[in-house]
Amino acid sequence: MGDLPPYPERPAQQPPGRRTSQASQRRHSRDQAQALGADPEERQQIPPDAQRNAPGWSQRGSLSQQENLLMPQVFQAEEARLGGMEYPSVNTGFPSEFQPQPYSDESRMQVAELTTSLMLQRLQQGQSSLFQQLDPTFQEPPVNPLGQFNLYQTDQFSEGAQHGPYLRDDPALQFLPSELGFPHYSAQVPEPEPLELAVQNAKAYLLHTSINCDLSLYEHLVNLLTKILNQRPEDPLSVLESLNRTTQWEWFHPKLDTLRDDPEMQPTYKMAEKQKALFIRSGGGTEGEQEMEEEVGETPVPNIMETAFYFEQAGVGLSSDESFRIFLAMKQLVEQQPIHTCRFWGKILGIKRSYLVAEVEFREGEEEAEEEEVEEMTEGGEVMEAHGEEEGEEDEEKAVDIVPKPVWKPPPVIPKEESRSGANKYLYFVCNEPGLPWTRLPHVTPAQIVNARKIKKFFTGYLDTPVVSYPPFPGNEANYLRAQIARISAATQVSPLGFYQFNEEEGDEEEEGGAGRDSYEENPDFEGIPVLELVDSMANWVHHTQHILPQGRCTWVNPLQKTEEEEDLGEEEEKADEGPEEVEQEVGPPLLTPLSEDAEIMHLAPWTTRLSCSLCPQYSVAVVRSNLWPGAYAYASGKKFENIYIGWGHKYSPESFNPALPAPIQQEYPSGPEIVEMSDPTVEEEQALKAAQEQALGATEEEEEGEEEEEGEETDD
Amino acid sequence: MDADSLLLSLELASGSGQGLSPDRRASLLTSLMLVKRDYRYDRVLFWGRILGLVADYYIAQGLSEDQLAPRKTLYRGAPLLSPQVQIKEETRLVSVIEQIDKAVAIIPRGALFKTPFGPTHVNRTFEGLSLSEAKKLSSYFHFREPVELKNKTLLEKADLDPSLDFMDSLEHDIPKGSWSIQMERGNALVVLRSLLWPGLTFYHAPHTKNYGYIYVGTGEKNMDLPFML
Repeated sequence: MGDLPPYPERPAQQPPGRRTSQASQRRHSRDQAQALGADPEERQQIPPDAQRNAPGWSQRGSLSQQENLLMPQVFQAEEARLGGMEYPSVNTGFPSEFQPQPYSDESRMQVAELTTSLMLQRLQQGQSSLFQQLDPTFQEPPVNPLGQFNLYQTDQFSEGAQHGPYLRDDPALQFLPSELGFPHYSAQVPEPEPLELAVQNAKAYLLHTSINCDLSLYEHLVNLLTKILNQRPEDPLSVLESLNRTTQWEWFHPKLDTLRDDPEMQPTYKMAEKQKALFIRSGGGTEGEQEMEEEVGETPVPNIMETAFYFEQAGVGLSSDESFRIFLAMKQLVEQQPIHTCRFWGKILGIKRSYLVAEVEFREGEEEAEEEEVEEMTEGGEVMEAHGEEEGEEDEEKAVDIVPKPVWKPPPVIPKEESRSGANKYLYFVCNEPGLPWTRLPHVTPAQIVNARKIKKFFTGYLDTPVVSYPPFPGNEANYLRAQIARISAATQVSPLGFYQFNEEEGDEEEEGGAGRDSYEENPDFEGIPVLELVDSMANWVHHTQHILPQGRCTWVNPLQKTEEEEDLGEEEEKADEGPEEVEQEVGPPLLTPLSEDAEIMHLAPWTTRLSCSLCPQYSVAVVRSNLWPGAYAYASGKKFENIYIGWGHKYSPESFNPALPAPIQQEYPSGPEIVEMSDPTVEEEQALKAAQEQALGATEEEEEGEEEEEGEETDD
Repeated sequence: MDADSLLLSLELASGSGQGLSPDRRASLLTSLMLVKRDYRYDRVLFWGRILGLVADYYIAQGLSEDQLAPRKTLYRGAPLLSPQVQIKEETRLVSVIEQIDKAVAIIPRGALFKTPFGPTHVNRTFEGLSLSEAKKLSSYFHFREPVELKNKTLLEKADLDPSLDFMDSLEHDIPKGSWSIQMERGNALVVLRSLLWPGLTFYHAPHTKNYGYIYVGTGEKNMDLPFML
């Protein structure tokens, strides 16, 4: 208490005349606070004062002065609570100066809190007259620290730290009598600060969630600013839009925890897994070395990368990593199947998926087992049909009422070619993407080829899709695919002249039915044709696949030659029909025919040749492109050549596709007088007849009267 | 496809089997740069290659700032006078290119946006379509002035975003099913091929900015499409 005396001195220094008005007291306190603030000495004494105040306060005896001292504190406390905006106005002079002071002491704060609450209670109990007793000579210093305390207090008040109602720093608004008598946390909230109200409204607006989602603009801005502050990008203003978009996207697509899989990427990962399997070498680790030696030797897998390189020179083909994957997939195929030779035939595009086609040749004897299964399926169907017809006819014969037998007989089925010959010389495997399993395509039948020539359909990518067309295609997409592959192979597989030659054994052409030789072998003495010559003349290229006859086969077969089955079943009918049908032998161009002999397509050359690079002809490659089958390419360079097809699998025709017309309606039965309905005689005819009969009657009237009646009956019929 | 990303684009579009040989690629890169400089184009697209009997035409297009403005087409190749027909091959070429452009040039949704003042701009923040979006036809637009947009009902228009959806989508193309959508490279690339103009390939790598289209073919429409579907 020894320090007290100096304090009253200072107030005494204040100019008098500020007693009465509360506003003046207010200013007074401010001035004193400022004066105090100016006084550095006092600062150090404030904390001890605060402490002293507490004990001083508890001694309620001689409190009048202290009460007076603390009244302004009350005001300040109230004001602090009431008007947060006043903080700057109250503490304009000294906040910076007072900050270094150790106000963070909790005990002091709590003590101050206690004091203020007690003060307020006192206020409630007391009368307003207290204020009149206010002595300008009150203690300033405690006010200031307490004011500071109040600053912190209001921030830390649990319930009471509401933002508002805030009072503006207008003396006229202050110290309304009604305010003074209110309880601790006033129930009667005065008019909120308009500025603060505006802030509240703005914040409430920002907190509105968007219509589409749960995110509010406030939250989004918080996220965005946090992100920017965390990342500190170089020029944030320029990347603001993209940051905005990214933040929004991230909100709705939170990074899933590592345990759960991203559902969208599942198919991609699965595919990658499958393709990864391609890259793993088969066999265990210990066998690795042995296998290495074996693999270096001959392998039926062709050098796809080399082929791809050459075709790339021509501007054709798939990308290099795709080619490599195909190479690995073919390697896998070779390991799975007993393959003697194999070649990448090409790619056929489909609507939903595409097909990668590999042309293979099995080792001798290997394919028989699998073949039988397939053959049984198809042949079983045919036999069933034949049986069905026969049974139907027998039933009809037994029936009493003889229904006229159908004269139409299905055209004889042309037997399909044996494996390893003609159109079925090679086996074809397809897969949709490298890594997926290879599927074997069935052999092609002549009927399928004949029908494939009449229709034009896109491939969907699924082998078991039915082919809906007219004329109805005998088979599903697998068969149609195989038929198109056969047609394309027959038309566009070419090689430089001299690469292949006929076998040494020369059979008589007539014996073979004029079909020509169907086998060839590589010419070991092939020297290679200069690229320029290959480009100049089409005679330097030859077909090395057999042409498919209109019948649908490469070697002609007389359909009327009865097989054993047909003889058993329907002898009589066939003999009757054999007469009118005369089948001519179909002849096609022989094997190894040069391309110059190919028919033109409406004045359009069937083939186009190109040098791969006109700027460096010495290193370029001769490329031949088919105009009849768009997508078929062949290259030759030195002793190497290769064919490939990448396309939709359709022939080019300058005219539009005309689907076959439906067959004419069949005659059901021959017309004859016994079936045809007679027309009734007209009235004139009847009368004429009657007149004629009467004349005749008149002549023979005497003879018999009964005859007239009979005639009358007859005419009535 | 953009001349800037020519090599990558050719790699991605190679699934259809037609591409460019290395020497062509090199010469194209150079010449497209020169074209851009000489004609002052904002962007130069390599449109594609039209196969001819004797020689091929290589077509490039130049775009100005406004992406939807009429494009200038440039070609390189030897025009021939067709012996039978009186029309100059050049005219025929130009008309074919225009037909193809009108019918099947496409871009993904969000790649261009329209400003309130009218011109359309490349969207620099286009991050690519997501996988599920990429498989739908409605995420792709025709790269031309809209024709069907006005015929949409008010309900449909309410869902559209006027800055992004200002072109016709592929959904209502006639005949239906004239587009084939496929995922290649194990779902890392979506490829659209037109069945009406065989030879047009559009590619897009989902979640990336790469997209483009190229036409390599003889320039003939597939009139048999309805029979083939």
